[in-house]
Amino acid sequence: MVSGRRRRTGLRTAGFYGLAALFMLPTVFVFYWMITLSVKPQVEATAHPPSFFRFSVTAAGYREVFTKYPFLLYTWNSLVVAAGCTALGLAVGLPAAYSIARWRQRRLALTVLVARIIPGISYLIPWYIFFRHLRLVDTHAALILTHLIVGLPIIIWVMIGFFEDVPPDLEDAALIDGCAYFGVFWRVALPLVRPGVVATAILSFVFSWNNFLFSVILAGRQTRTLPIAVFNMISYEEINWGTLAAAATMITLPVLVLALIVQRHIVTGLTFGAVKQ
Amino acid sequence: MTGPAETTSGARAAAPAVARARASRRLGNWGHRNARWLFPAPAVLLVAAIIVYPIVYTVWMSLQDWFASSLTAPRFIGVANYQKILVGDPRFREAVIRTLYFTGLVIAGETVLGVAMALLFNREFWGRGLLRTLAILPMVATPVAIGLVFVMMYHPTLGVANYMLTVLHLPPFKWTYSSGTALYALAVVDIWQWTPLIMLIALAGLASLPQEPYEAAHIDGATALQAFWHITLPLLRPAIVVAILFRAIDAIKTFDIIFIMTQGGPANSTETINILLFNQAFSYFNMGYASSMAVALFAVVMGASLVLIKLRRTAAW
Repeated sequence: MVSGRRRRTGLRTAGFYGLAALFMLPTVFVFYWMITLSVKPQVEATAHPPSFFRFSVTAAGYREVFTKYPFLLYTWNSLVVAAGCTALGLAVGLPAAYSIARWRQRRLALTVLVARIIPGISYLIPWYIFFRHLRLVDTHAALILTHLIVGLPIIIWVMIGFFEDVPPDLEDAALIDGCAYFGVFWRVALPLVRPGVVATAILSFVFSWNNFLFSVILAGRQTRTLPIAVFNMISYEEINWGTLAAAATMITLPVLVLALIVQRHIVTGLTFGAVKQ
Repeated sequence: MTGPAETTSGARAAAPAVARARASRRLGNWGHRNARWLFPAPAVLLVAAIIVYPIVYTVWMSLQDWFASSLTAPRFIGVANYQKILVGDPRFREAVIRTLYFTGLVIAGETVLGVAMALLFNREFWGRGLLRTLAILPMVATPVAIGLVFVMMYHPTLGVANYMLTVLHLPPFKWTYSSGTALYALAVVDIWQWTPLIMLIALAGLASLPQEPYEAAHIDGATALQAFWHITLPLLRPAIVVAILFRAIDAIKTFDIIFIMTQGGPANSTETINILLFNQAFSYFNMGYASSMAVALFAVVMGASLVLIKLRRTAAW
């Protein structure tokens, strides 16, 4: 009797893990396929039937990415734009988030949310016209400013949650001790939310790094970011699959690593605080 | 409201220094009193410059006839562009229907799969942390890279997707290479990428459900299925509704994956509002007409999000 029940739970556990594996297989497989393609020689990358586990490993794809394209320049551009957008976003976003949390400025918070909801493409036409007029097309400045649309709302909304968790007693005590609000913000609130600042900085960096729509129009020959460079590689039909997969792997892996660091905050960031984990 | 501390040493300093200190204290006082609008001011100004102004400009441009490629100045034509997109342009109408169809498709797929996965994974088990980690990866991966990998997997003769179908004794597809299947092939990519979000939101919802109704139902002799249908689903509904609306707002705007994998083709079969608008603006430089489409898309998305904000408020989150 007892052993029968145990076997039944054993079967249920096995069934559960089987189902779990089935559901998660597509997620894992796409990344597995990207990485294995990137190290396969061309003959094996396009072999039919494809080789899933047994294949020879080569770095040819990665070598080609750097020798055939100015990949370092593109990486530098992506870094500058993502870091610039994040720094500027934090500089203006942190005080705004503090203010919204402290004085319950709901209307302001909703305005920021609206900025995230509006389709990005409806800014793109005027931006293109302005930046062309100001001769700012193909500059890092134009890309940094436009990427703020992606970074700033996330920074503000995630940070509101962190600032709301700062005990009001601490701030009041600092005020009574003669600190002005700027002092309270800088010396009391900000140090307390430092983990949150790191998390939102990474989130903003990741979403700027991934951005395609704004850069495809506003980046030029000198400022092309990685997503645009990789997209242009697809257009050359005869290219090696190994090279394409190597480029895809190199652009995605840093983002995945960063995302793992802040994984607890990803869903909060994506849903603008509607869902806390 | 308390002011900044008075410094007693200031009184003994030289006269100009006193004046300077007094001035800076006055400035500090003023800053302190007005902190609640000084703090958000830089963000508000920036948002006004990069968001509000462009929106106003787009609305104004939507009333003009202007090709950015030509040397002629914009010509005011009133609402003619709107007349054209509403009644005179079957391609736009098809794009609207296609956008809504695509949105409905991916949301149905993601909701059913995501909620099912949440119900399955809502328990303690070995590897729960790993599962959450894996779920996050598709959402943050660079869309260009994802699109590129799927392009290779979808290849009709060399791709791994068709190989898997033949292993399962199914007929091969043409995926993004045929106008009949391309939109569905793109929907699969979107579902692959965003089902985990619905799952994680639903899991968070499930974690916050109270235990009492289940105990009461158990005492009353309700079956597991009855408990699910009459307790879990109604209680989970606010979480699911919010998840759906978040996804809807983004799905209507889907651009990256479509532009990277098909650019609206083959034979316009994947041309959504976003893609049509993008081509009108940046391939044909038909700025006035494209702007009117942007305003129309804006209206659709804003309508959806107003519902979201209202629902968020009633859900009291």
